[in-house]
Amino acid sequence: MATATPGAAGTKGGRWAAFVSWIDARLPISEFWRSQASEYYAPKNFNFWYYFGSLALLVLVIQLVTGIFLTMNYKPSEAEAFGSVEYIMREVEWGWLIRYIHSTGASAFFIVVYLHMVRALLYGSYKNPRELLWIIGMLIYVSLMAEAFFGYVLPWGNMSFWGAQVIVSLFGAIPGIGPDLVEWIRGDYSISDITLNRFFALHVAALPLVLILLVVVHVTALHEVGSNNPDGVEIKKHKDSKGRPLDGIPFHPYYTYKDLVGVGVFLVLFCGVIFFAPTLGGLFLEHPNFEPANALNTPEHIAPVWYFTPYYAILRAVPDKLTGAALMGAAVLLFFFLPWLDRSPVKSIRYRGWLFKTFLGAFIVAFIGLGYLGLQPAQGSYVLAARVLAVVYFAFFLLMPWYTRVDKTKPVPDRVTYHG
Amino acid sequence: MSEEVDPSRRQFLTAATMATGAIGVAFAIAPFIASWKPSVRAKALGAPVEVDISKLDAGAMMTVQWRKQPIWIVHRTKEMLDRLPANDARLKDPKSDNLDQQPDYAHNEQRSRKPEFLVLVGTCTHLGCLPKQRFAVGVGEGGPEWPGGWFCVCHGSRFDMAGRVFQGSPAAMNLRVPPYDFISDTKILVGADQAPKKGAA
Repeated sequence: MATATPGAAGTKGGRWAAFVSWIDARLPISEFWRSQASEYYAPKNFNFWYYFGSLALLVLVIQLVTGIFLTMNYKPSEAEAFGSVEYIMREVEWGWLIRYIHSTGASAFFIVVYLHMVRALLYGSYKNPRELLWIIGMLIYVSLMAEAFFGYVLPWGNMSFWGAQVIVSLFGAIPGIGPDLVEWIRGDYSISDITLNRFFALHVAALPLVLILLVVVHVTALHEVGSNNPDGVEIKKHKDSKGRPLDGIPFHPYYTYKDLVGVGVFLVLFCGVIFFAPTLGGLFLEHPNFEPANALNTPEHIAPVWYFTPYYAILRAVPDKLTGAALMGAAVLLFFFLPWLDRSPVKSIRYRGWLFKTFLGAFIVAFIGLGYLGLQPAQGSYVLAARVLAVVYFAFFLLMPWYTRVDKTKPVPDRVTYHG
Repeated sequence: MSEEVDPSRRQFLTAATMATGAIGVAFAIAPFIASWKPSVRAKALGAPVEVDISKLDAGAMMTVQWRKQPIWIVHRTKEMLDRLPANDARLKDPKSDNLDQQPDYAHNEQRSRKPEFLVLVGTCTHLGCLPKQRFAVGVGEGGPEWPGGWFCVCHGSRFDMAGRVFQGSPAAMNLRVPPYDFISDTKILVGADQAPKKGAA
């Protein structure tokens, strides 16, 4: 910890320095800034894929701020919820903008998080020594799914209602306690005012706190082990005489400014959606949700928002409730085990063989394909295609111990490189 | 007094303190968990409802709400009833052996107190959507073999005219028969196994 030398402060940097050292003696802000930014060394070869961590943080802040303002006008009750969202859209000054930022932000969150996860798959960022970092990240992803689901229920449109009905019913598949568990989650004999009220509490208080806490833990773990990089080599292996990694550059100013460029590009696209296509053709805001909830009328075609559809397609591909729900859960849980399923001696895709590249490519195609199929009605060839892609999806994980072991890898350089 | 530390004593005290604390936490959590159960008001609003079925024609169905769930009451025709036994080979649970899905008095071929009147909870046993009425024989999603019943558009589960689930459906159980009783020939009480005796209500 930095110690204050009151005598020196006056001579060195005037009043400002004196003020900082007064604080430092009581709260280590300079020390924190140095250890986390100005003297935190990140690999110098970061590329495009390394924008999405900081962007996820940005979207989190956007969601928190817009969410707080929405809460000021939203009413979490069966009778008033739908009307209060219409009120925000039509009568609250700039309410439409705040709400569209929030609804677009939900999809943007998943876009950047999925790209952030693809980066980890490409460069083996989940491998030793970053297993725990990966698991914390997965916990963030699962919490985010819950947060998004609860938020989706709040406008109390007909899709909100029936989406809640279907997702909550999934817990009924658990043998033995299923039906009681479903009633406990709902707090009523069907999705109702009581359910809406508690989902509101979870959405605006409980889960945001969990998310913020997990993000702090995620970044702390990252700054402890240090970032991976597109070459998948550890920069801490080669240090200069002062103990600084030879292939590292200080996060600030180098990456703070690089990330600002990413923020600029992101905001252009983000605002484009908000101003010109806030529903994105029913993909970001579904059309049946512009009708109020009706407990006696299921929409003809039920589909969750796009970021859940890969899992939904897996659920529907199985003609049995328990197996379908179990496979759906397994599809998410398997990600947690990646660090131990991957037996390859190398991290980055740059030095992996064709087997891994094929499996990863097939997995990404399957994930996107299932996402598309989850939006379509569950009929004939769609179900058949979903079954094939589900097999590919699970093969990526379950065969991983085999194909990563036998795959032919290239020699990994000692230091980071600049190709690609 | 000895200056030496006895680690096993310390370990025991630490473990005992932690165990006591854990029990305390468990007791403290219980009320919060229990607060999520249906409240007294939710239970009160879930009280039985009386339904007048005097205007329900043969072959028609009406929907009422009990505990905010849709309740179907179907006045089945003789043809509808006659077709039921032929479905047995294509059903997952033709004899209604899953006793959670109907009260004892509906544990029969027609799954009802009186053969012609069927009472069901209109919530798909798969994931809770409302199956659509498909009473016409031989048409619709079920194909030419369709004997009439319900089809769930959400995930494709099919049920016959007694609410029994067909094989190949994602739903595993027959539609639930709620507790109900006949108050008179034209009135049904949904939500209780026994109607209060005449005059008492």
